[in-house]
Amino acid sequence: MLGLTLKEISTSLKKGQVSPTELCQRCLTFIKTAKCLNAYITVTEEKALKQAKEADKRYRRGQPLGHLDGVPIAVKDNFSTAGIETTCASKMLKGYIPPYNATMVQKLLDQGAVLMGKTNLDEFAMGSGSTDSIFGPVKNPWSYSRHYRKKLVPSRQLETEDSNWLVTGGSSGGSAAAVSSGTCYAALGSDTGGSTRNPAAHCGVVGLKPTYGLLSRHGLIPLVNSMDVPGILTRSVDDAAIVLGTLAGHDSKDATTVQDQFQSFELPEEIDVSKLCIGIPREYHASGLSRETVALWSRAADLFETAGAKVIEVSLPHTGYSIVCYHVLCNSEVASNMARFDGLEYGHRCEIDYSTEALYAASRREGFNDVVRGRILSGNYFLLKENYEKYFTKAQKVRRLIANDFLQVFSSDVDILLTPTTLSDAAPYVEFIKEDNRTRSAQEDIFTQSVNMAGLPAVTVPAALSDRGLPLGLQFIGRAFCEQQLLMAAKWFEQQVQFPEILLEGDLDSLLTDYTPKQQLYKTHPVS
Amino acid sequence: MTLTSRTVMAAPRQCCCYAGMLLWLSQRGAGAFAPRYRGVKPVSVLMSQARCTQTDTSTKRAVTAQVDLGDSAVPWKAVVGLEIHAQISSNSKLFSRAQVQFAAPPNSLVSFFDASLPGTLPVLNRRCVEAAVMTGLALNCRINRKSLFDRKHYFYADLPAGYQITQQRLPIAVNGTLTYRIKTGKKWNQMATRTVRIKQIQLEQDSGKSLHDEEKSQTLIDLNRAGVGLMELVMEPDMCCGEEAAAAVRELQLILLALGSSQANMSEGQLRVDANISVHRPGESYGVRTEVKNINSARFLAKAIDYEIQRQIEELERGGVILNETRSFDYKLGITMPMRDKEGKQDYRFMPEPNLPPLIVYDSRSLPPSVDPQQVVNIDLIQERLPELPATCRERLVEQYGILPEHSYTLVNEDGLMQFFESVLKVTQVEPKKVVGWVINDLLGHLKLQNLTVKDSRISPSTLAELLTLLENGKISSTVAKQVFQELWEDEGKSPSQIVAEKNLQLITDRKKLEEIINKIMEEHPEEVIQIRKGQKKILNKLIGLVQRATKGQADPVLVKTILEEKLS
Repeated sequence: MLGLTLKEISTSLKKGQVSPTELCQRCLTFIKTAKCLNAYITVTEEKALKQAKEADKRYRRGQPLGHLDGVPIAVKDNFSTAGIETTCASKMLKGYIPPYNATMVQKLLDQGAVLMGKTNLDEFAMGSGSTDSIFGPVKNPWSYSRHYRKKLVPSRQLETEDSNWLVTGGSSGGSAAAVSSGTCYAALGSDTGGSTRNPAAHCGVVGLKPTYGLLSRHGLIPLVNSMDVPGILTRSVDDAAIVLGTLAGHDSKDATTVQDQFQSFELPEEIDVSKLCIGIPREYHASGLSRETVALWSRAADLFETAGAKVIEVSLPHTGYSIVCYHVLCNSEVASNMARFDGLEYGHRCEIDYSTEALYAASRREGFNDVVRGRILSGNYFLLKENYEKYFTKAQKVRRLIANDFLQVFSSDVDILLTPTTLSDAAPYVEFIKEDNRTRSAQEDIFTQSVNMAGLPAVTVPAALSDRGLPLGLQFIGRAFCEQQLLMAAKWFEQQVQFPEILLEGDLDSLLTDYTPKQQLYKTHPVS
Repeated sequence: MTLTSRTVMAAPRQCCCYAGMLLWLSQRGAGAFAPRYRGVKPVSVLMSQARCTQTDTSTKRAVTAQVDLGDSAVPWKAVVGLEIHAQISSNSKLFSRAQVQFAAPPNSLVSFFDASLPGTLPVLNRRCVEAAVMTGLALNCRINRKSLFDRKHYFYADLPAGYQITQQRLPIAVNGTLTYRIKTGKKWNQMATRTVRIKQIQLEQDSGKSLHDEEKSQTLIDLNRAGVGLMELVMEPDMCCGEEAAAAVRELQLILLALGSSQANMSEGQLRVDANISVHRPGESYGVRTEVKNINSARFLAKAIDYEIQRQIEELERGGVILNETRSFDYKLGITMPMRDKEGKQDYRFMPEPNLPPLIVYDSRSLPPSVDPQQVVNIDLIQERLPELPATCRERLVEQYGILPEHSYTLVNEDGLMQFFESVLKVTQVEPKKVVGWVINDLLGHLKLQNLTVKDSRISPSTLAELLTLLENGKISSTVAKQVFQELWEDEGKSPSQIVAEKNLQLITDRKKLEEIINKIMEEHPEEVIQIRKGQKKILNKLIGLVQRATKGQADPVLVKTILEEKLS
């Protein structure tokens, strides 16, 4: 049951095959079992059970609120949750309990979704591995999958069990792991440069980054205001569309959300892609792209072509400048956004109090990790009067060029761009941390961050398993506010590839009693 | 409630619960920003006042601060520019729904945004935009159809976000002018018109307040003011002395009050004026300027500027240099002192505010058809609804009532006086010219003497009207009228007619009675009678005065004169 999609479990709930409380309890049990993944920072057991009970009543009355009523979900720990600790995985906010809900959280709760907890991330969402959290790294559930385990080379197996575990990607690694492992049916992430799509790809789930301005950022603790969007992680494209329908729309508390009414949609089962034009950006053949990812990308293009779609090579000429430009803009906004964490109104405050300046300096030094401090330092450097033109203004100009690249492509025939999501499959933790956060971010975000610069919608769909038995995702990029078309293409692709279900074993399996029935349930009870 | 640093530190700080609570932080650090007395002796008045002398009335006015410093023959020119922060009069703050109110309990008007809780976003208050547009129009500014918001970064305890949202690159209004009048001589009619250019008006957030507790060595933070909307008006350095600056600020206050865009009360901090001051020799380029802050009245503004001009001249005469520094005005000592060094040279690291789209204002032609009028700001609509501004008001008063321009100034410049004047006129036929004298000399005189404002007046417009009608209709003499006015001022309960009746103050018009009195006086002053008969007509006035004294000013002056002339011819 825990392996079902949101749409499937929603049907089960409506049919009374399972009650929200029963489902909630199962998820809670499994969260405990899967504790070693470190996907959750806070598990809101009591609140979840209370919410589930409310959902029970509604189902008994035959008046559920919608698809999400009674469905367990998780929220990245950089969304403010009223009465629930919200840490951003930082010492700076440890113990901080927001007095209000982020609009995204509120909308989910209003639909009856049951919040299981707050998920782990890189500190303040700065990272691409979910390895830089004060609560420790998140482990990729695929580390414990049968597909991966059976392909591990014998010599590696001789090493300690733990040395083989994989990173989730980041920064929404906790949310990706939570959805992938089966502790919840959907999760909120945030996506500034790929933070939703990257871990989704590495964990074999769907990761949607909607158009900037479609979803409210109110209550999302910002990384880069001009690029942040709430991200959606689910086990299927249909599920992503359902969650999007719940979340999208204008919010009077966020002046950057668009005023236009959002029409929620359901994706048809029969999809015709023959009228689509798929663009393959030449510049995305980046160095470091794994051989098998290139092959997968090529096979995907062929799939569309075979189905009658027009597939053409396109050019996004400024792609090469994107990641540098992204870092300048990102760090500048980070420097500004982090200024509020001074230890006065909330958050970590040091013991030093002989002067206000000393208090600021020590609180911030103690409260932030090296990555955050490094970005603040460089961001402030870029914003200095003497440097502003050289860095910030220039980066903004390049950003415009990058956005124009996309505009140009989309104003020709092209409907959707097809690209890899990541260079390769997930790296083992021991490998991953050999490079610093900045280097890894530059590598991992290579295909994802330019979409944020342009504000466009993009979705990663699990496409195949790598030679090592790990998920590989492909990314679809759409026109601004054309989520429906984008998700249609994604769903069609999803139907074609039949990505295999994760089969957990090993450490996780041995701890688990509830798990076997789950696999069986999924294998033998396809829900209509 | 008093919180010591210890107790607050020990308390778990999870989220924000602000009501009635003060945040604290160490005093010593914040003290670094506080004014420092750095060996500045209270140099009392060892210099003459700088005076504004107009030497040229053409567009490029050269105004000289002529300073008599004994042996120094070459005059200095002073240049004064102002930066004015006017708190916008609005129900809620610039970017949040928290209420705006003066002197509310500390931290009782703080939204999550004002406390800069993570994840909160600014939402622009339309009322504040309208106030700025209104003010811009009243000051002849060009209203930018598109303006932008920026973040200005600095760390300070009462700035919780670590940055202020302001309009650095593209403000809402630019290129305006403010015309004001200034006394050039002792007399009221010696006035000159001056114009100061308004460089720009920008919308920005106010900061919170830091309250330094020296004894406990801690600073308490009140965020009630944090996020309140401000209009920063930048005036070009077109002024040359304290008096000019004070007059310009006074005129601005009147305009803001008329518009209702700000309460503009300096002592309550709704209007904060910083002055940029420099001096130079005629023909040379401008000198190094200093910025004087901490000025809380127009009077002190004039004093602070004049002091600073003198100080700079003295310094330069002595061969010293002027530092580009911020100075604070000490109103008790009447001097300016260095405030904080700009040695660290603040770099505000300006950056576009990413959470606010460009601010677009429309006119009737550019207004998109489908848009909800409640959601946008229409310049034309605001222009139409602009109230009568002080300058127009004065012109109207002169034209409509035939009063003197200087009287129109007093009526408009004294808060509520014009309304009082016009209320009197509504209920009496007495000529406005006569009324204005009573309002300005008697009413305002009494108010000023007791430091009262017009709304505190003990005499209502209708009472004054009644009194003046009695005078006009010849029921009482003007001497009696003054007496009754005094009685009314001291005893609020009675009407003028009551007082006149009770004290028997009616005009004596009984010819027989007057003749008796006159005869008696003529008998007592034979010398004067002879001189008048010899042709010295002026002496007649003395006798008239004696008659009035004898009747306590109640005698009908016309009748007295007639009888006397008859008897002495």
